[in-house]
Amino acid sequence: MATLTEAPPPPTPTAPEKKPPRRRGRFTPYWLLLPGILWLLVFFALPMIYQASTSVQTGSLEEGYKVTWHFVTYWDALSGYWPQFLRSVAYAAAATVLCLLLGYPLAYLIAFRAGRWRNLIMILVIAPFFTSFLIRTLAWKTILADGGPVVGALNTLHVLDVTNWLGWTAGDRVLATPLAVVCGLTYNFLPFMILPLYTSLERIDGRLHEAAGDLYAKPWVTFRKVTFPLSMPGVVSGTLLTFIPAAGDYVNADLLGSTDTRMIGNVIQTQFLRILDYPTAAALSFILMAAILIMVTFYIRRSGTEDLV
Amino acid sequence: MEQFEPDRLSPAQVAAVRRSFRNGRASLTRRSLLRASAGGALAVGGVAGLSACGIPAAGNTQGGVSADDRSAKEKTVNFSNWTEYMDVDDSGKHHPTLEQFTRRTGIKVKYTEDINDNNEFFGKIKPQLAAGQDTGRDLIVLTDWLAARLIRLGWVQKLDASNLPHAYANLSAQFRDPDWDPGRAYSYVWQGISTVIAYNKKALDGVEVKSVSDLLDNPKLKGRVGFLSEMRDSIGMTLLDMGKDPATFTADDFDAAVARIQKGVDKGQIRRFTGNDYTSDLTSGDFAACIAWAGDVVQLKADSPDIDFIIPDSGYMTSTDNLLVPNKARHKTNAERLIDFYYEPKPAAELAAYINYVCPVDGVKAELEKIDKDAAENPLIIPDKAMAEKSHAFRSLSSKEETEFEEKFAKLTGA
Repeated sequence: MATLTEAPPPPTPTAPEKKPPRRRGRFTPYWLLLPGILWLLVFFALPMIYQASTSVQTGSLEEGYKVTWHFVTYWDALSGYWPQFLRSVAYAAAATVLCLLLGYPLAYLIAFRAGRWRNLIMILVIAPFFTSFLIRTLAWKTILADGGPVVGALNTLHVLDVTNWLGWTAGDRVLATPLAVVCGLTYNFLPFMILPLYTSLERIDGRLHEAAGDLYAKPWVTFRKVTFPLSMPGVVSGTLLTFIPAAGDYVNADLLGSTDTRMIGNVIQTQFLRILDYPTAAALSFILMAAILIMVTFYIRRSGTEDLV
Repeated sequence: MEQFEPDRLSPAQVAAVRRSFRNGRASLTRRSLLRASAGGALAVGGVAGLSACGIPAAGNTQGGVSADDRSAKEKTVNFSNWTEYMDVDDSGKHHPTLEQFTRRTGIKVKYTEDINDNNEFFGKIKPQLAAGQDTGRDLIVLTDWLAARLIRLGWVQKLDASNLPHAYANLSAQFRDPDWDPGRAYSYVWQGISTVIAYNKKALDGVEVKSVSDLLDNPKLKGRVGFLSEMRDSIGMTLLDMGKDPATFTADDFDAAVARIQKGVDKGQIRRFTGNDYTSDLTSGDFAACIAWAGDVVQLKADSPDIDFIIPDSGYMTSTDNLLVPNKARHKTNAERLIDFYYEPKPAAELAAYINYVCPVDGVKAELEKIDKDAAENPLIIPDKAMAEKSHAFRSLSSKEETEFEEKFAKLTGA
């Protein structure tokens, strides 16, 4: 994420012995960068400026909106909707941890143990992406339906009593509870965790494991001291790719959740489309962005892999 | 290009100059040059640009609402509608009533199903309409509250009554005089939508549901009740249940209705607020009962015998989807002829036989009986007198009220 503004590598001088000086090549890197920069300018920088401006405007649809540098909007947005902010962070964090717990063993299996099944398993991981996000989430409504087998089994095993006690579910159901939303988030973002984990695990030289064994390291110690540290770049990028979109997601909370599971994405959507309070919606977006930026910076610093992400 | 010394002009200005040569409509004037240079300044301005990009007042665009009507020269009309809101033949490719219209008038209909959600569609057309530009659509279908907003903002054109003889004569009495468009100067009803209480017999398991109070209070339904995320339907039904009239309620009445529903949320009685997706909850039995749109329920009932609906004694809400001609539409007369066509009893009956909503056209019953006897007897499609008397409409809201009420309702639904 820090590489956006990095200077392009210096052009390599080509065939300096030729007489006519070829000035054409000198700007090649810039020409190559141009489409990307234009794209970012038009579809990233301009909307950002526009939204930043919107967030400090006041007015109404009838009277029009004018920039009045009304920064109080930010404070109002934060004080009005901090529960939804906290909830978004909590749900996204829970989903990220679940993704890591589910994804790491699977990525490990694909990278080291799958053999000729590797490609098939990879396809199975990616296959859900061939259908729409919405359809996949709606399918979860059928899976977790009140009278369905999953809820029946969880009830028989008294798992729901535990989750009720923890406040993750309510009554004899899973749908329309926080648990359902976290499950939906986990499911929808799992491939974003598995793919980076797999690429960084797959790059580890198998001989390192042998060397660890030769030095009398038990498998668990090998994993803790060799494999896991070397897979850190994958862990970091996987958690980021899961956490960031999950924190801003609103589809899962909308379809699988209830009134007490609304996330900040839902609030922004409601403010923007229903209440037509564009400044508050823009301010909420910027607060969300700032919060994620701060958390991510802190996280990358702590995990010490700035250069690998 | 050399004689214009393009290197002294900004790219935006050059573009304006070029445009002026290509067609007359945007021919070079002092104003267009000024606007072009303002655009250029905006592009380079940093923080200064921030303050320049406010959203213009809606009233500013009322100046030129009509474009020159090309209806006579171009025999087409661009019609944007909701999905599954038009009759389709067995092959699924042809719309028989639209084709009849084309055969009779020679006007081709470019029919697009690109409206899925009022709020989203408003977001989509807002930039063009606010800037006084053509949306590329001659006829759009919007629910009454949004139609009211567009009329309030001056973003739709007044219809020419002389092109609408059938519509004028055949519009049902109950739709004639909405408070947001008295006498139907700007809009005509496409279909009416009744809001009722739907239930799943199997999931209810003998529990009796007769009113919104049952939904909100019966402990046997805890966590299995659905309300609509459409404010006017949920609040309207609750107001009726409390003995208030949704056509004349006050802000206090609104707060009382919100508080009444809030209790249901706090008790865990209401499972969630839904859009159209309540249909899946209802068929799966996750909702035992919910507030629902009758058109959907007629459809669901045909597919599953467990689903049925009731109309509370206190009455039910009827809203309308309305045909409107947006500002700057190029084929206004053609659009008006299309509106009028659907107010003839025969096409109206064919449409009503296919989609199960309230038909706004008088004198359709006889025609509908020839096609589908059951539909003609269904009071949800052709309301009889008793039904029409129970029907209520939500009063129109001022812009301030709309924001305030929507905000309160959003708090109720969790955000």
